[in-house]
Amino acid sequence: MTSKSKWLSAPYVLWSIIFIVIPLGMIFYYGLTDKTGAFTLENITAIMTAEHAKALWLSILLSFISTLICFLLAYPLAMILANMKVNQHSFIILIFILPMWMNFLLRTLAWQTLLEKSGVINNILNFLHLPNINIINTPYAIVLGMVYNFLPFMVLPLYNVLSKIDENVMNAAKDLGANSVYTFFRITLPLSIPGIISGITMVFVPALTTFVISTLLGGSKILLIGNVIEQEFTQASNWHLGSGLSIVLMIFIILNMIASAVFDKDGEGAML
Amino acid sequence: MKKKNVKTAILTVSCALTAMAALTGCGSSGGENGEVIVYNWGEYIDPETIDMFEEETGIKVIYDEFETNETMYPKVESGAASYDVVCPSDYMISKMIENDMLAELNFDNMPNAKANIGEQYYEQSKGFDPDNKYSVPYCWGTVGILYNQTMVDEPITSWAQLWDEKYADNILMQDSVRDAFMVAEKLHGFSLNTVDPEELETAKNSLIEQKPLVQAYVIDQVRDKMIGGEAAIGVIYSGEAIYTQRENPDLVYVIPEEGSNVWIDSWVVLKDAPNKENAEKFIDFMCRSDIAVKNFEYITYSTPNDAARELIEDEDIKNSEIAFPDLSQYDNLEVYVYLGEEGDALYNEMWKEVKSN
Repeated sequence: MTSKSKWLSAPYVLWSIIFIVIPLGMIFYYGLTDKTGAFTLENITAIMTAEHAKALWLSILLSFISTLICFLLAYPLAMILANMKVNQHSFIILIFILPMWMNFLLRTLAWQTLLEKSGVINNILNFLHLPNINIINTPYAIVLGMVYNFLPFMVLPLYNVLSKIDENVMNAAKDLGANSVYTFFRITLPLSIPGIISGITMVFVPALTTFVISTLLGGSKILLIGNVIEQEFTQASNWHLGSGLSIVLMIFIILNMIASAVFDKDGEGAML
Repeated sequence: MKKKNVKTAILTVSCALTAMAALTGCGSSGGENGEVIVYNWGEYIDPETIDMFEEETGIKVIYDEFETNETMYPKVESGAASYDVVCPSDYMISKMIENDMLAELNFDNMPNAKANIGEQYYEQSKGFDPDNKYSVPYCWGTVGILYNQTMVDEPITSWAQLWDEKYADNILMQDSVRDAFMVAEKLHGFSLNTVDPEELETAKNSLIEQKPLVQAYVIDQVRDKMIGGEAAIGVIYSGEAIYTQRENPDLVYVIPEEGSNVWIDSWVVLKDAPNKENAEKFIDFMCRSDIAVKNFEYITYSTPNDAARELIEDEDIKNSEIAFPDLSQYDNLEVYVYLGEEGDALYNEMWKEVKSN
């Protein structure tokens, strides 16, 4: 590394220190101390109490379901996109990215209005004399909100790896007598693993930590671990417990990251 | 005591903007006579009155909003953002006094605050500000039940009806610790300031028992949901009642027979306020009768400003039992007081149990 490039990287190093390293340090400081400033592990072990463990379990369950649904929806779509001509697929990708230009909170609030008992969807169903759907303020609505908000983060990395698979590899498989199902499971799927891992991380991590979706679409009746942490900071003014629980959550996220690092050594699954 | 369902978004944006301003160091030089930084509930003022204040005094107002007392407190306490004027509720004011965060006010600088605010409101404020040294009442009201006449079988008069199974999935509760526990405490005839673990345990169990019947725990959204006929019964602040009735005439507001909370939101000045003089000017301006009536008409929360009440043109509202209930008729209305750190922790712990159940 030349001294010039060192200087060029200085702003980024500074940025990381101010906005990543120092805040992380503060979370660890608060998480490992009590109100008097003495060292304690209580804020970490607090995850074992019934309410916290239940909230964490529910968060993991709902994020897992959402990630799975995202994957099942995104994979076929990414395959279709990867096989399209250039100008066609960029249009479809634009359609996927377009909603992300709008604020995430507004889009979630819109779902609330759509799903309400006397909301837009039910009004249309009533008009057509079809049965109503009552999923607002239930875990189903939360899963719907997660899938809706995070689906693009699954589609893009999958599309990225799938479009890079050399067509000659497929053709070789076919020449050697593999049918399309066999080709998919032996060639396409294994080669797309970096994208799958990256997509899973990008959906699972924000879904695990969300508190906005569960508040807006769950009617504050369903307490996820993100809600617990948020309330410790905003309502209970207990930054120590909030930080302690955040550290626990970080462990789950780091496990997920390690998994992706192992499977995605070349960083192929990185976003576009 | 606030409104608006997108205020979370506003808050986020304002935080981001504050951060940006701080980073770029573009310390806005303020108006010709400096500035005043106000931290108030969301949608709790007629924005026009702020413009009028700026025009008349040449003081620039930097205005920021919060959603609950609990979110306001850590922000003010940490000093992360410096504010001059804040508008907390009763129990939060006593907490701030206890923690030495408030500046004594000089009422000689605030003739309107002295003359226009009804004596009874200062009297009531003594519950949390014993010498009337720190706070000037801005809005007050009660907590009660708003119900939709077309969706219930009989008039709602009691908190107990929030436990009636025929209203399952038709009940909106408040998503804040004190207001939620207040309902259960009053149901059992306890004080809403109880810290007795046994009484709290009973209240908690009632809330857990009620949870399957509750459609959602909401704060500001209760307004829109009641207007839209999304639920039959909602726990709401009296100040929202006039507005919601105007939008949907089927709605009726009652103070349940078991009693309820009566609250006051008051202006206070922070001890380390950078612009204390301008802060007092701002508070006094808000107490001017023409400004107070403008705010009343905009936010529809009861005003303690007697001079402003005289200016209300609509006789129905001026004499409305909802906007201005005769407090002497009720003997079971209570003001929240600060419960101390342990009391707060107990409430929060139990609220978490209710929510996670």
